[in-house]
Amino acid sequence: MNPKSFWHRLTAGVSLCIVAATASAQAPVRVGSTLALTGPLSATAQIHKLVGEIYVEQLNKRGGLLGRPVEWIVKDDQSKPDVARTLYEQLITADKVDLLMGPYATGAILSAMGVAQRYDKVLIHHTFGIPSMAKYERQFPAWSLGADPGTTVPTTVFNALAAAGRTPKTIAVVTSKFPSLHFMSLGAREVAKTRGVQEVLFLEWEFGNRDFGPIAARIKDAKPDFIWVGAIGLDGNLLLDAMKKIDYAPPLHFYVYPAPGPMVQSPDANGALSVTIFEDHPPMNTSPVAAEFTKVFRERATKANLPETAVEVQAAASYTAWQLLEAAVVGTKSLDDKAMAAWLKANRVDTIQGKLRFDGPNNYGDDLMRVKQVQNGKWLIVYPPEVAAPGAKMIVK
Amino acid sequence: MTLPSTTLLAQSALSGLFVGSLYGLIGLGLGLSWGLLRTINLAHFAFTFAAAYLCYQLVASTGVDPLLTLALIVPLFFALGAALHWVMQRFAVSAFNSLLLTFGLTAIIEAGIQAVWSADFRRLESHYGQAKFKLGELFLPVPELITLGASVALSLAIWALLKHTDLGKAMRAAAQDSAVAAAFGVNQRALSLLLAGTCAALAGVAGVCLSLSFTLAPSQIYAWVGVVFAAVMMGGLGSALGPLVAGIVIGVSEALTMAVTAPSWAPIVSFSLLIVLLLLRPGKL
Repeated sequence: MNPKSFWHRLTAGVSLCIVAATASAQAPVRVGSTLALTGPLSATAQIHKLVGEIYVEQLNKRGGLLGRPVEWIVKDDQSKPDVARTLYEQLITADKVDLLMGPYATGAILSAMGVAQRYDKVLIHHTFGIPSMAKYERQFPAWSLGADPGTTVPTTVFNALAAAGRTPKTIAVVTSKFPSLHFMSLGAREVAKTRGVQEVLFLEWEFGNRDFGPIAARIKDAKPDFIWVGAIGLDGNLLLDAMKKIDYAPPLHFYVYPAPGPMVQSPDANGALSVTIFEDHPPMNTSPVAAEFTKVFRERATKANLPETAVEVQAAASYTAWQLLEAAVVGTKSLDDKAMAAWLKANRVDTIQGKLRFDGPNNYGDDLMRVKQVQNGKWLIVYPPEVAAPGAKMIVK
Repeated sequence: MTLPSTTLLAQSALSGLFVGSLYGLIGLGLGLSWGLLRTINLAHFAFTFAAAYLCYQLVASTGVDPLLTLALIVPLFFALGAALHWVMQRFAVSAFNSLLLTFGLTAIIEAGIQAVWSADFRRLESHYGQAKFKLGELFLPVPELITLGASVALSLAIWALLKHTDLGKAMRAAAQDSAVAAAFGVNQRALSLLLAGTCAALAGVAGVCLSLSFTLAPSQIYAWVGVVFAAVMMGGLGSALGPLVAGIVIGVSEALTMAVTAPSWAPIVSFSLLIVLLLLRPGKL
């Protein structure tokens, strides 16, 4: 071989190796997830999409994960758990993503959890509503509602009422049979009983009920001091509309998972209570991370024409999920699912909703749900006092 | 167990009457299309919601009275319905295939609504919203009264047109035997376009009524399919008064079920009534 030709080939070979190595160092960390971008759950999923985009953008500005940029692959599960299952399978086997992020809504999360379990992947999820069903050891909830929200959430609500000096004597529990809130309404019945509150009405309706007129009429007829409404999405607004039509102004009224935007915009919702993990007001939004996120979210949500531009439960849970994923990678300095899962179980993670731990039953930690109330067109946390909006107190009739 | 009060029962029955009249109004165009044109037009529900969103948009952006939007919505949807039927005729779409075609069209319209208005809930705010009359202990909300009035008036008008005018007789004749009707000089093609346009225009009216009383979301399109189909089948395909009567029967039955037992039993009422009717009058549906 010609010595000159040999050196040329060697130089070219070494150059190729350097280029390949550089390219490899820059290869992005691929995070895969689905969201309900179309279908009945898409209104809320748009919030999760926006938060994911904001977080990945901020993360990449900070240098990404392990010195590599982060690429988020998000697919549309059409609000269908079976589609979510197929897409998570595809993300792992065909797209070969490095990490998983959970989808939106309990059904889809359960589907994704099954796939994650089959491939031993860590699954951090945003808003899973039934902790007792989260059996996979490498799943981690970003929504800190505790291991037994059926007891702890109603207890928090009754504590809030007591702290406001308005412990009810009678209660009406009216609830959708939607799985992730029905058990909580049943829990409310039990907690009410232990506190000596007399139940004057208990009603259940199927998810998707159109006519709330008769339900409103029955509530009016029962004359409760306090109405626990197991509502999800628009049910709360529909019930408020129906009550207004028969000239009935509810006294104390609580909604488990109302559509935050429409509820707060309703002129009849003043005084409505609900629960939250985060609201966009001091002291919750004062940390530098929360301040930056809430500011960017407001700008982007306004631009995207979302009806609710303030960070609340969904956006906060979504942001928290990304914080957990980043913390696990940084904490273990790896993308190894086993190591990440062990790290998350052993450590507390600082998030915008508070410090989260995962060493309880089914990897759930503390119930950090707070009680909020619509006051003059805004959701304000009113209980517990340490996280309540400055000067905010529960309005009681 | 305490018995429900008379006021509760009467208010619930009224609520059922109002929602039942909306079932009837949506079902009116659907049933006419199914019975007289042999087109099972699932897109009728999408047309209804598209009209509701259009009404919402016109009111939100111009502040116009919601009922005045009918001046634009009715002719627009008439043209849409006629155009859709022209396409179906052009490609000789069968009754079964019309179901598939219009299902696809529904998905497209839903996606279009979502693209324009997003998947978020939209609520039409108008002076009708809070208006209501009081009759003794009972409350009569104005938007629901408008829906009831429109449903009754349109059903009666179309019933009279089909029963007592040459145009209506020609439509019924063409539906029964198009060849014989044509031999008697009935222009079946023109009549079918007119009827298809009318059905879509009725969807437009139903959409305006829907927007007066209900919060809108694209996915809600499908929430109405089952119960309205039940009303149409119980009322009789091609019947003008049937869907209204059946819709009211279903609405009041559902409401009274909710008033005296668990509201979760209400959804089975419409289908139970349909099954009972199928058993008792198998040849009539």
